[in-house]
Amino acid sequence: MTYSPHTDPDRERMLEAIGAATVDDLFADIPTSVRASDWDLPAPLTEQEVRTELARLAGRNRMPEVSFLGAGVYRHLIPAVVGEVIGRPEFATAYTPYQPEVSQGTLQSIYEFQSLICELTGMEVATASHYDGATATAEAALMACRLTRRSIIAVSAGVNPDYRRVLGTYCSGPGIEVVTVPIDLAEDGSGTTDLARAAEALGPDVACLVAAQPNFYGQVEPMAELADAAHAAGALLVAVVEPTSLAILQAPGDYGADLVAAEGQPLGVPMSFGGPYVGLMAAPMASVRQMPGRLVGATRDAAGRRGYVLTLQAREQHIRREKAASNICTNQALMALAATAYLSAVGPTGLREVAELSMTQARHLAAALEDAGLAERRFGGAYFAEVTMRLPDAARRHAALVEQGIVAGHLPERDDPALRDTVLLAATELTTDDDIARLVDALEAIR
Amino acid sequence: MNVAEAPPADASGRGAAFTGPTGGEELTVVEPLIFERSRPGRRAVRFPRSSDAARERSAGQPELPSTVLRAAAPRLPEVSELELLRHFNRLAHLNQAIDLNFYPLGSCTMKYNPKVNEWAAALPALAESHPLDPEAVSQGSLELMWLLSELLKEISGFPAISLQPAAGAHGELTGMLMTRAYHRANGEGEQRRKVLVPDSAHGTNPATATMVGYETVTIRSNERGGIDLEALRAALGPDVAALMITNPSTLGIFEDQIDQVVEAVKAAGAIAYMDGANLNAILGRFRPGESGFDVMHFNLHKTFSTPHGGGGPGAGPVGVSERLEPFLPAPMPVLAAGIADEVRANARAGRSTPDARFAMDWDRPHSIGKVRSYFGNFGMFVRAYTYIRSNGDDGLRTISEDAVLAANYLRVRLHDVYDLPYDRLSKHEVVFSGRRQKREHGVTTLDIAKAILDHGIHPPTIYFPLIVEEALMVEPTETESLETLDVFINVMRDIAEQAVTEPEALKRAPTTTPVGRLDEAAAARRPDLRYRFGDVTDAPAADTRERRRAAATRNAPRT
Repeated sequence: MTYSPHTDPDRERMLEAIGAATVDDLFADIPTSVRASDWDLPAPLTEQEVRTELARLAGRNRMPEVSFLGAGVYRHLIPAVVGEVIGRPEFATAYTPYQPEVSQGTLQSIYEFQSLICELTGMEVATASHYDGATATAEAALMACRLTRRSIIAVSAGVNPDYRRVLGTYCSGPGIEVVTVPIDLAEDGSGTTDLARAAEALGPDVACLVAAQPNFYGQVEPMAELADAAHAAGALLVAVVEPTSLAILQAPGDYGADLVAAEGQPLGVPMSFGGPYVGLMAAPMASVRQMPGRLVGATRDAAGRRGYVLTLQAREQHIRREKAASNICTNQALMALAATAYLSAVGPTGLREVAELSMTQARHLAAALEDAGLAERRFGGAYFAEVTMRLPDAARRHAALVEQGIVAGHLPERDDPALRDTVLLAATELTTDDDIARLVDALEAIR
Repeated sequence: MNVAEAPPADASGRGAAFTGPTGGEELTVVEPLIFERSRPGRRAVRFPRSSDAARERSAGQPELPSTVLRAAAPRLPEVSELELLRHFNRLAHLNQAIDLNFYPLGSCTMKYNPKVNEWAAALPALAESHPLDPEAVSQGSLELMWLLSELLKEISGFPAISLQPAAGAHGELTGMLMTRAYHRANGEGEQRRKVLVPDSAHGTNPATATMVGYETVTIRSNERGGIDLEALRAALGPDVAALMITNPSTLGIFEDQIDQVVEAVKAAGAIAYMDGANLNAILGRFRPGESGFDVMHFNLHKTFSTPHGGGGPGAGPVGVSERLEPFLPAPMPVLAAGIADEVRANARAGRSTPDARFAMDWDRPHSIGKVRSYFGNFGMFVRAYTYIRSNGDDGLRTISEDAVLAANYLRVRLHDVYDLPYDRLSKHEVVFSGRRQKREHGVTTLDIAKAILDHGIHPPTIYFPLIVEEALMVEPTETESLETLDVFINVMRDIAEQAVTEPEALKRAPTTTPVGRLDEAAAARRPDLRYRFGDVTDAPAADTRERRRAAATRNAPRT
């Protein structure tokens, strides 16, 4: 089926007005030597048929009954009202608010989003969003290079491996060097960024230190000390944070972070096998002119009505072309709206409840596995809502549990062989006591 | 007047008098900010308490050190669910959207976004699947990605696809990083430092070249709106890495010397990049992959109807030639066991292939690496796959035919009243110039756009491409009925008439929108980029110590 409304008489009328005999005449400007050969594509489907096909594919996924997967993407409650808001066609089927007079809904919601992200992070300015946490991190690190006029980026091994891969790719073009600062991987070590090695890595050409709070392995980093180390070397601290944790953990602006990047998926965005998500980025006002991406600002019309517009566009590609701060054009406005609706729905109390419940259940999970003698924490020190545990024969038992409908977290060994026979287990407010009991029972059965 | 007295938005959408929080200025507020609706103690969502057992059990685990704890809760809004919903519904009412009216924003392909696509993307087994779920439980998602890649290959003529890039500009970045990797692999990485970009290009093209460390060289257009072949040939040399060309161009014109353009680029050892933003015009008519291009990005949110979302999410897969294939981002969805022809045939018939197994292939030694976390904007893949399967071979061809028909219809019905600097066959869009109205009546293209707003129609893209004075870039798409096109034609003709008879009225437009023309200069001069709670200043603190001190004050307990 097609969604074209045109009847054959409509087409005739248009062709006649144009003065063309057939629609083929409208493609006469394509040189004959490069006209498309026949393609081999499937026949059209009716709605009924296409639904069957999509239901078939969905049916090929086996939804886990219990999952402790996190590793950067988290299953949280998405209040029904959030889905209702982002389902509004006035938001979903509009585009970039180039005409502010008929885009105040989108513009005001982005202004609210920017305000919420500033408040969560303790920073002065936040962008209208980025593709995801990884690209926001890469763009923040590149921004640090512009701000400091330095060309090396130091990144903690505690940052999500996927983010580090994307950072490496982004830096490969302009030839910016990326050095990795190890985390303390000793058995029962801190599992956090090695401060001595960080100080060592922070040479005179290093633009920034990128570190995550909590880090990929769930461990709580000494961010203020990392900030001091970066600043002592004239470098910036780029803090990569998990947004729900900010209900409990210190705001990055309060420990001296210069730039903040985050994945906003936990704020009301479905996991959807990896996207669309929403990247968050925040900075001090003094560096706003080096920020990549869109910004919305408040202003007024001639009649004194408050209104919102895209602003400081002189940083952007459509004005600055090759001199732009980034090539980013589209952002993730609809997902930013989801985050705005989510944060408004849960409010300060709800966000704290989410963070506390997630943390309590992660601790409950770790304690239950330890008490049963099944697993023990790989690292010492505090963790947030995710915990790395030693689990003998982890890969085999992980695979066996999958067959029982249980995903026993993430296996970090693919990214770091030193973490063989460990699992990274996450809990959220949706993790129940029964889920934990089921994991314990299942692991006991396949000791 | 304090926040507690913020009035409800009035149904007319014109707002009511209200002193804003920015300090004493009289402002009329159409809809208060969500923060201004906040009342301490209100809430929309509650969460369960943890069990006694969970709390007891977890007591022995390490406590968070007090040094990492937040001093005061973030000041998120406190609203009831109904207040929340009304707030956002009122904001929604302030937007123009495809689902409400004609939205001929040139270069953006604002076509109808079919609702069955949304149904598909929301299927729980797809929407609730975790990107790191084991492959054994994600076979459906992986098969969908593989099938979509196969369809995009067939549509574009490229032998390989990466779905990973999150947007068109992100696809460009991916393509240029692969270009760079290719030249480096051939030992020409240092030598080839220039990227040629026509003067009609999207701003993302030169910005992308810069991000990859390339120098942009602008190639002028000829008097017919195409790339100037002589200028191109003169610029090509052993120092050129690539040509980035949009085809059909941003003038809505097919490059009728595209065969010679590609030939010249390849003869010079450079990569031929096609910006596929305007693919909607050429489905089934021109396949870049079989015409010699090395790489192209698709915009799934344009050609393949995924909703634009007020500015994203998009998705920008790239197709590549054989010589760039080794450099594609990792990982790639692959058919790890089973026969491709059989899987494709079964999927056509709506059947699964029992012994087929899909996997993510990370073993790509020459890959440029990852450009995005996980696998890309999967939700957009679901929508695009649904759309392509719904339309099928005939439907996809019809899309381009009807899109081109509509653009040409607008061209011939309006070219007597608006100048048409390049009066040629249109593809997906047609670019008029308001220069006559400006010169003769002092009415600018901005005035025309604002006047269009008063007719409930979203204006075309304006002042782009840069090579057209007072540009009005109109892209009707294939989903607008002839009646709608005729209404638009009448509106445009009326406005042209009004430019002669009462130009001052056009200067006052719009008068029926929720707000009038906004003071953009003031917004840029004194940036107000976030809500102030009354105790935050914008003065940037000099150093960390000072910022920490300021933060400590900000986080002091409040009553």
